[in-house]
Amino acid sequence: MKHSYAQLAVALVSGSVFGLGLSLSGMLNPQRVQGFLDVFGAWDPSLAFVLGGAVAVAALGVRIMRISSHPAFEPSYHISTKKRIDAPLILGSAIFGVGWGLGGLCPGPAVALLSMGLIKPTAFVISMVVGMQVHDRLLRAQTDTATAN
Amino acid sequence: MDRYLPALMGGMLIGLSATMFLLFNGRVAGISGIVGRLALGLNTGLNTAFVVGLMAGPLLFHGLFGRWPVVTVTSSWPLIICAGFLVGFGTRMGSGCTSGHGVLGLARFSRRSVAAVVTFLATGIAAVTILRIVGL
Repeated sequence: MKHSYAQLAVALVSGSVFGLGLSLSGMLNPQRVQGFLDVFGAWDPSLAFVLGGAVAVAALGVRIMRISSHPAFEPSYHISTKKRIDAPLILGSAIFGVGWGLGGLCPGPAVALLSMGLIKPTAFVISMVVGMQVHDRLLRAQTDTATAN
Repeated sequence: MDRYLPALMGGMLIGLSATMFLLFNGRVAGISGIVGRLALGLNTGLNTAFVVGLMAGPLLFHGLFGRWPVVTVTSSWPLIICAGFLVGFGTRMGSGCTSGHGVLGLARFSRRSVAAVVTFLATGIAAVTILRIVGL
């Protein structure tokens, strides 16, 4: 599928703003992420403000989406319409959470860190892509293009 | 305060990014989805552009503040490799991660995303608690 230059520019700018936000937020630091998850130990709740700030701003975006007929550069919105809370959702999220805790990295920060050339985060990304491929190629019957959620 | 304000500002930038991607391109800025589809060769141009931008983030931070973001990895090599695999596998099985479910999913009150966020926070807390107990 081909996309217009406008869409590519939006993707590049969105990615950059996302990466800058992650850098500023502290989410790129696995030690702090693990501190955030260490609620029964030396808990550092500050990273809750990352999610809070992000959700608050994105909620405004969602309100605009609901009153608009279509996105600026696409004929329609590509949003999941799934409603059912099923086993893959819960099992997959549970597995993700374990990995997030063990490494202190989730996909966004891990990918952003590639540009800093750090050996462990880079190895994490390689392992993560292997995990994605194992799931998508071996376990998923059909590789649909459904968006997140 | 020196960690709360940057966390809030950074989070708001992430929300702004997700809003732009949604309102202009009509898509969810979910990183596991973007990287997963890129690995499958789907929507290559768009997903590559987003990933290149994401990687430019730390460089922009350096340009603005004259220092690199702090990155301290305490997990051992075997833990990092296992963690990466679990994150990749789990986010694809669960259709999203901290960005797709956490940011946009919660912003649109998706029941599935709320369930996902509660689940990965719970198992993330459990994993860190176990690491602390066994002294890793």
